[in-house]
Amino acid sequence: MQSYLPLLIYLALVAFVAVVLSLAGGFLGPKKPEEHKYQAYESGYPTAPLMGRFPVKFYMVAMLFVIFDVEAASFYPWALQLRQLRVFGLWEMVAFLAVLAVGYAYVWKKGGFSWK
Amino acid sequence: MSLLFIVAAFIAVAGAAGVVLAKSPVHSVLALVVNFIALAVLFLSLQAEFMAVIQLIIYAGAVMVLFLFVIALLTARKELPTSPQKWLKNQEVLGAALGLGLMAVLGTVALAGRGAAAEVPADFGSVVAFGRSLLTTNVFVFELTAFVLLVAVIGVVILVGRREA
Repeated sequence: MQSYLPLLIYLALVAFVAVVLSLAGGFLGPKKPEEHKYQAYESGYPTAPLMGRFPVKFYMVAMLFVIFDVEAASFYPWALQLRQLRVFGLWEMVAFLAVLAVGYAYVWKKGGFSWK
Repeated sequence: MSLLFIVAAFIAVAGAAGVVLAKSPVHSVLALVVNFIALAVLFLSLQAEFMAVIQLIIYAGAVMVLFLFVIALLTARKELPTSPQKWLKNQEVLGAALGLGLMAVLGTVALAGRGAAAEVPADFGSVVAFGRSLLTTNVFVFELTAFVLLVAVIGVVILVGRREA
């Protein structure tokens, strides 16, 4: 196990920059409060208050992202072991991916990748 | 027990308490992110480097996105429910009992393993060592994971109700 002191210093630096940047705006910027400035806006236009629910399509995208993210994460240890495992390792991943390809094909067939 | 453990454990508990105590669900999610980061530090202090990274990528990254989407889907309204409805009777008692039970199990395991500090290899917990274990000794579990993910993929499509073919 190597030393993680550089990581700690890096994190402290990140936190420092984030705090300074968010506070600097309040200290240095001009303050001319106006009612409209407190409204929620997006791309320069005020947004309508969100009523009701989001379409469930968003949820499906998020869920599929999580699943394929987990799949992608399993590549890290595999990639580092591939040279030692040789052909065996290759076929392991082929089998792993073949199962997930079934799911991929299923989502595709059901129109899960189209935004309709 | 190092200072790092104490600090990280304290932040983890504070984050977990924040999840339960926060009024807004989005604040709960942010508190959960704090908890996950503290857990990643704890993994790192146990030399479980791969687990620490995965904790950040999968949990603090992907699963948090999912939680935020669930909140956006279910409570996209401004006003919060004033009086929590009791769907589950005696949930405080049940929760306390389950929590104490879990604590007892974890305490027993921790006390049983005390003093028996096993020798670990120098590269224990690294991605290489993890991969070697995953792809040789535990290859069956690895391949089984693909099926678990497959079930999740199919489950999402069915639950969302995609019927066009």
